[in-house]
Amino acid sequence: MLGVHLSARGQAGRGEVNAWVMVLPNEQVIIRYARSEMGQGTMTAAAQLVAEELECDWRRVRIDYADSNEQLRRKRVWGPMSSSGSRTIRESHQVLRAAGASAREMLVAAAAQGWGVAAAECRAANGVITHAASGRRTTYGRVAAAAAKLEAPKQLALKPQADWKVAGKPLARVDIPDIVNGRARYGVDTQLPNMVYAAIAQCPVPGGRVRSVDEAPARGRRGVLRVLAMDEFVAVIADNWWRAAQALLALKIDWDGGANAGLSSAAVQRELAQAFEPDTAASVTKSEGEVDKALAQAPRVMEAEYALPFLAHATLEPPSCTAVVKDGQVDVWTSTQDAEATHAAAAAAAGVAPENVYVHRTQAGGGFGRRLAQDYTTQGVLIAKALNGVPVNLIWTRDEDLQHDQYRPASLVRLKAGLDEAGNPVALQCRVAAPALKDVDATAALADQPYTIAHLRIEHAVRSSAVPVGYWRGAAHSQNPFVRECFIDELAHAAKRDPLDYRLALLPENSKERPVLEAAAKAIGWRTPWPQGLHRGIAVTEVRGSYTAAVAELVLRGKKIELKRLVVALDPGRVVNPDNVVAQVQGGAAFALSALLWGEITFKDGRVEQSSFGDYRVLTLAEMPPVEVLLVPSGGFWGGVGEAGGAAVAPAVANALFVASGERIRALPLKKAGFDLS
Amino acid sequence: MIRFTVNGRPREVDVEPEMPLLWVLRDELDVKGPKYGCGVAQCGACTVLVDGAPVRSCVLAVSKVAGRRVVTIEGLAQGERLHPVQQAWIDQQVPQCGYCQGGQILAAVALLSKHPNPSDRQIDEAMTNLCRCGTYARMRSAIQAAARKKG
Repeated sequence: MLGVHLSARGQAGRGEVNAWVMVLPNEQVIIRYARSEMGQGTMTAAAQLVAEELECDWRRVRIDYADSNEQLRRKRVWGPMSSSGSRTIRESHQVLRAAGASAREMLVAAAAQGWGVAAAECRAANGVITHAASGRRTTYGRVAAAAAKLEAPKQLALKPQADWKVAGKPLARVDIPDIVNGRARYGVDTQLPNMVYAAIAQCPVPGGRVRSVDEAPARGRRGVLRVLAMDEFVAVIADNWWRAAQALLALKIDWDGGANAGLSSAAVQRELAQAFEPDTAASVTKSEGEVDKALAQAPRVMEAEYALPFLAHATLEPPSCTAVVKDGQVDVWTSTQDAEATHAAAAAAAGVAPENVYVHRTQAGGGFGRRLAQDYTTQGVLIAKALNGVPVNLIWTRDEDLQHDQYRPASLVRLKAGLDEAGNPVALQCRVAAPALKDVDATAALADQPYTIAHLRIEHAVRSSAVPVGYWRGAAHSQNPFVRECFIDELAHAAKRDPLDYRLALLPENSKERPVLEAAAKAIGWRTPWPQGLHRGIAVTEVRGSYTAAVAELVLRGKKIELKRLVVALDPGRVVNPDNVVAQVQGGAAFALSALLWGEITFKDGRVEQSSFGDYRVLTLAEMPPVEVLLVPSGGFWGGVGEAGGAAVAPAVANALFVASGERIRALPLKKAGFDLS
Repeated sequence: MIRFTVNGRPREVDVEPEMPLLWVLRDELDVKGPKYGCGVAQCGACTVLVDGAPVRSCVLAVSKVAGRRVVTIEGLAQGERLHPVQQAWIDQQVPQCGYCQGGQILAAVALLSKHPNPSDRQIDEAMTNLCRCGTYARMRSAIQAAARKKG
């Protein structure tokens, strides 16, 4: 680990052509990756975009994380470091390609200067620069030092996609070999000389505190070094994590639940429902036409209420942080989705200037939004501070993880549609009752719904509770597409129309939802008769600038669902690594199915009721249905991928289940209505 | 002292006999391939092979492996030559975050040693480790590909 420790401190060394690209004398190309890798594959995809313009030899590329301390010293030269909201490619593609192109121009210019020829007469390919007229050639490694001294070009021409050789190809992910051979080190795996281990118990009630702790049962236990009673948690420090965890279990901790000791799921539901009482304030996120008048005049009105639960992320690698606080300096090793947030949290917890903090990034065992929050970084650093220079590896138990998450918010959505004689919606009124989350439109996929509906009023009534909430893969897009696409399905069935035709008739000719719907429908054979007993549902939505449609095919026996097949079509505009995009859709489908079927965090007497994968169930291999992924990129835009794959899957399954059972499930998960997989 | 081999190397540890093998490997021997995911044998991220059979090391007392052969993901390759299952995992680009994959690969190795040409049902029954990223379809293909290569 010492090597990592030191190398993170001096990245701006020899061979750096620009902040993103280093070329070593041995021709190795190091591409910096600023955001995070947690399995979504964008470390590789981002480097593909740089390499495409750089014209280097992909086989000689190594990818290093950009360092958050250097980021601070170099005035945020790498821009945002967080991987969230499917932003890594969709918001960085320009910067990444420009970095590659700029470095290439500088390398070529350095070679041209050395030869005394015009740069325009030289050509770069595979890390080799040639001057055709004179037959001279040199390599990136030989001119990198000279290139680094040149001014970056002001004007850059980026390649058209048609010329891509590295980007757009299904290249193998760079981090997979070390995963497969067991060498990958995750945050929990950090090992430092003289390191000790910490197990932690946090107040079971949100916002609660430690009243007192009897340390006697931990004393004298083998390997136990210390009991630390902090404001909001108790930690046991030992020479082995299991010993720490066992001693922690033996402690008697008296918690003061405080104001939230009575928190319950029923109370949260009541709080959400109050959003629909007369004269309750709400912010209007979309208003078109005259909704009230149109609803009053509509020959038919349909109403529905959808309820979505709190969800935990349950990353398989639990929250963890390894930290050393020594001589006014902090070193932190942790799996993070946002190195800058980790950096800031570590500085604040230690009470040191950010310049004295070093964040060492590790492989992250899943993220899904959980690792944007820095609660465990703060705890790790607080514990390390108390240990005065001794490195400590804090690992949460699974129970702590499920019970101290920043949950996907529960929401309650009411919709009211006015229908014309043919059953088409002419007016839609919709109010979402949910907490406010920074940078999240709680009415996403509703306010910007794609169907032609003349009169619209979409509102968000902010209803907060004591439950800590955060970003869960897709955020509001993990919720509202379900609500909207099930409600549209209700309207289609009420009109006795085919759910696909009903949607297509409401979508404008140029809508990007049409091609994905048609692709998914065609692949499953929607237009040809299907066997009796087999039931199908369909759904479509935009997510983070990408368009996705899903068709689910299932058989129902009693309350037992057999998922026969899923087809998911995705149009992300441009595709940087098609194989990885397919993987994200497959994984996104599994993630969505777990939530749809079983996902629910509930509260009773202030506490979360779930504590393990036994009561917070996730899909297994045997339960995974076949998923056929259709990539139908239409070009011209850069949509996000990490969150899109599952968004249409849940409503497609629920819509198929309605056809099969006649039951319209409006409160998730499905298990609450007695359904399960067969 | 409890003696056993880890990836072919004889080890001896002086720990409580009830300490789970997982924490002996991770914190006493710095073998970090086996992962903690739940601590109650539900997720299988801690899977190792004991005398060739897959076990969930988070609930296996270290005293139970005295005199036995423990293989972790780090010990599967022969030098730089990957085990065919590892190679299949790369060929099919199975992992996403990868946290569960060491355990998954070992479960697949054990399956293939018992059933060189496993049926879908045998794969379902043997591959019970959880993957939160949902890499299941590719695991299935990788197992089938490894079986074809061996067969």
